[in-house]
Amino acid sequence: MSEEVIHSRIWQEEAEPDNAFAAASCHCHGYDVYGELLGQASWIEYLFLLFRGDAPTNQQTKLLEGLAIALANPGPRDAAVHAAMCGGVGLSTSASCLMAALAVGAGASGGAREVYLAMEDWQARGTNLALWQEGLAIKPVDDPADVWPSLGHSAGFDPHGVRCTTPVLQTLVHLAGLGCGQSLIWLHDHRASLEAAAGLPLAMSGVAAAALCDLGCTPAQGEMLCLLLRLPGAAVHALEQKDFGHKNFPFFSIKLENDPGTAQGGKNRTEEKI
Amino acid sequence: MNGPERLEQHVGRLTTSAGAFFPGERAVFCGQDLHASLNDLDWLELYLFGINGRRYTEPQMKVLHAMCTFTSYPDARLWNNRVAALAGSARSTGSLGIAAAFAVSEAQIYGRGVDLRASEFLIRVRSEVDCGADLKQLVRSELKQKRGIAGYGRPIVAADERIAPMMALVREQGLDGGPHLKLAFEVEKILLEGRWRMRMNYAALAAALCADVGMSPREYLFSSMPAFLAGMPPCYLDAVEKSEGLLFPLPCRMLSYQGVGHRRWRDGKSSVQDVG
Repeated sequence: MSEEVIHSRIWQEEAEPDNAFAAASCHCHGYDVYGELLGQASWIEYLFLLFRGDAPTNQQTKLLEGLAIALANPGPRDAAVHAAMCGGVGLSTSASCLMAALAVGAGASGGAREVYLAMEDWQARGTNLALWQEGLAIKPVDDPADVWPSLGHSAGFDPHGVRCTTPVLQTLVHLAGLGCGQSLIWLHDHRASLEAAAGLPLAMSGVAAAALCDLGCTPAQGEMLCLLLRLPGAAVHALEQKDFGHKNFPFFSIKLENDPGTAQGGKNRTEEKI
Repeated sequence: MNGPERLEQHVGRLTTSAGAFFPGERAVFCGQDLHASLNDLDWLELYLFGINGRRYTEPQMKVLHAMCTFTSYPDARLWNNRVAALAGSARSTGSLGIAAAFAVSEAQIYGRGVDLRASEFLIRVRSEVDCGADLKQLVRSELKQKRGIAGYGRPIVAADERIAPMMALVREQGLDGGPHLKLAFEVEKILLEGRWRMRMNYAALAAALCADVGMSPREYLFSSMPAFLAGMPPCYLDAVEKSEGLLFPLPCRMLSYQGVGHRRWRDGKSSVQDVG
């Protein structure tokens, strides 16, 4: 029986002469990783190369670097970071903290799935304002055959926002100013019209989606990059809460709407701070 | 009320009907005292109760148990199980390996994605047939639109060894007369008679049985989540008990490169030198 293989357009290895399980050379999209990229390419350039298959231009490097900084730490109030901290505070394994951040940060509300959906909108609507206004007027519909729960708002906008927040605006202005692609510049110029059509302010996910389109990413690549780029903040806040300990972490209160009380044998306490 | 005012109402407190525990006193599970009124449930009954607050008959529970046991395969070649096994081989923890394998099971060509689509298809089509639609036409239309029907055909092999034992149990429990089950077999007949030659697989059978006990597609999605679980710990444990790194080791020759040739990195600009 012939030996099965793993196909790759990304990675090529040559074995050490005395060990078939150790690589003597590794090439990524044709570039010698340890013989040349190491020491010459920056982390961001290498990240771009891995996803897009070619070396980035200076503008692309600056755009991905700016996006990486904007996404790296949404702060401890963010749901994904909150999830990671729940792992940290209970002294769970480090990987479980990041898995928790990935699971929550994957979501269609504020997470990587929202970026994916917004990138699909960019693919379909481009820089056509009429198409955006038409699309944003339609509420997202639940698909009962999709494992993803329905998104309650237009992708890329803040469902609870009052106006576009300062960090989102600062990020948009900075990234659009890099002049890499059309999406960010157009988004910057038409933000008010889009927000009026959506009835909601632009969110960081919307800026990220435009940036990733300008980097030439597919929605699936954009989703993956968002998952990756948001992990640093989750990691450090999980570690931080490990140090603070569970006594310094909120446990919150709960109110049951259907407490059976003592009828089934327990003591009746309808609201309890636990 | 929208925006920050709405969020402000929820700061620091959760209003819920899911449940809560009262330290030192009791625990409430979906409106029931867990230790007083639900203590006769086995684990799967409790799990299902948590999804839709429903209790099932003894024959129904036998079939719902079998739905999990009949598809828990401790075969580390299977992609989800392989994740658990690789975790063991790499000396990660059991929880990490099994949680990752569990998450991976929410796939589109097998597992939870297929389960959900199969359930949605059968429930939707049954409703349309009840309203007078032609089943053959609905099947043709589904195939045209989606290039396949979830629960019919199977990656890797055509036959499904789980169908016969499950149907034997279903008949034994007197649950073989449900409308969705009947519909599932009618769809298979159409697909076998036509040019498609697709057999029903376990996903359609399980989805039909759960639709017949009243589960919506989303309830079925959650009910089917533990279906592969029992097969995962043996894969992890087998790998962790062996020497490290022995699970499916990959020599360099097993990488088949199909990308661009070698090139030089010069100031962020590339030039193709030769074909690798």
